[in-house]
Amino acid sequence: MIKSYRVRILIKGEIMGKISLEVNGRKVEKEASDNTLLSTFLREHLQLTGTHIGCDTSQCGACVVHVDGNSLKSCTALAADVNGSKVTTIEGLETNGKMHPMQEAFKKLHGLQCGFCTPGMVMSAVDLLQKNKKPSDTEIRDWLEGNICRCTGYQNIVAAVKEAATKM
Amino acid sequence: MKDFNYHSAKDSKEASKLASSSSAFLAGGMTTIPSMKLGLATYKDLIDIKNIKKLSGIKVSGKSVTIGAATKHVEVSNSKDVKKAIPSLSSLAEGIGDPQVRNRGTIGGSIANNDPSADYPSACIALNATIHTNERKIESAKFFKGMFETALKKGELIEAIEFQIPEKSSYQKHPNPASRYAIVGVYVAKHKGDVNVAVTGAKSCVYNDKEMSKALSGNFSSSSIDGMDLDSSEMNTDMHASAEFRASLVVTQAKKAVDAC
Repeated sequence: MIKSYRVRILIKGEIMGKISLEVNGRKVEKEASDNTLLSTFLREHLQLTGTHIGCDTSQCGACVVHVDGNSLKSCTALAADVNGSKVTTIEGLETNGKMHPMQEAFKKLHGLQCGFCTPGMVMSAVDLLQKNKKPSDTEIRDWLEGNICRCTGYQNIVAAVKEAATKM
Repeated sequence: MKDFNYHSAKDSKEASKLASSSSAFLAGGMTTIPSMKLGLATYKDLIDIKNIKKLSGIKVSGKSVTIGAATKHVEVSNSKDVKKAIPSLSSLAEGIGDPQVRNRGTIGGSIANNDPSADYPSACIALNATIHTNERKIESAKFFKGMFETALKKGELIEAIEFQIPEKSSYQKHPNPASRYAIVGVYVAKHKGDVNVAVTGAKSCVYNDKEMSKALSGNFSSSSIDGMDLDSSEMNTDMHASAEFRASLVVTQAKKAVDAC
């Protein structure tokens, strides 16, 4: 973990502080106001718009990212309070232009329709497989409790997670 | 979200020194941040306490399980020590919210917030918990004062929660299918000498149901509370469940809990 260190300055009447993170393997440092959400920081300060904001009330899970290896809803965390952490977003899953097995499985098995929930769904599912290598259907459904999809009816999402489990 | 100052405290002393009438402690933020985003709460200062090492961790002694206030739900549900000493507490933690909430949310935060439908307050009442703060020790029976109200004073910080290990216990809840908050949750714990039946979700604040406790202390069997007609006059009514339905659910969940003990 990077050492957490935050210098605070006043810019245009706003209390700003330096946010230092390692995002998808890259070290970043930006000034942000104390009330900046992690989702806002990723999307607006780093232009990583793969992280989606759906409900913005911590229910839908479209904004799920990994912080120090665990999934969290980035719309319900302050950038300041994850300062110094390692963050992985959907953009960080691919290696050398090759999709992550979870992304491949979602594509192959039509685990998405409109695709809005997909980044969060994929990030959450990847976290599941880190913790449980061979989850059952029930375990997958229980784990995806905090991710809402209004298109697929979840069948193909569950199938995709199971497929990915055989490849990871 | 309105602007505020973010502080990260290194110890309890610094945290309570920073506290004022317009500040809040920030642990997992699973309630604090959404309430601030919705404008239901505004603070000048947010004091992050999750980096205070002393506030995290689980200790089991012969008679009790002590959990640091900033310990996350996932840490409680994964703890082998908790699973062995009080399995019902471990499964309660596993049933809170969703995995992302459990990765962030803390036991101290849940208790300090005292949501009328939260799970942990019922565990405190059922397991005769003592709440350790930076200033004193508070018995659970005197801690939960009313809807979102506790005995905590401004600047007083929960450091740990000490649960008494019961002979047998079980927590059963009828969750809201969307939020997973308890429409009604009942935590039954049989201690040497008496039985606690802590109920969450039914009224404006968690409580110990004296009528069921008495019946179960006499005969610890679900048949002794079967068909019990509880007074529903103080129970909550909302779009999810009427007061009468909640009263009936309390008995059903209590019976399930006794059978699962």
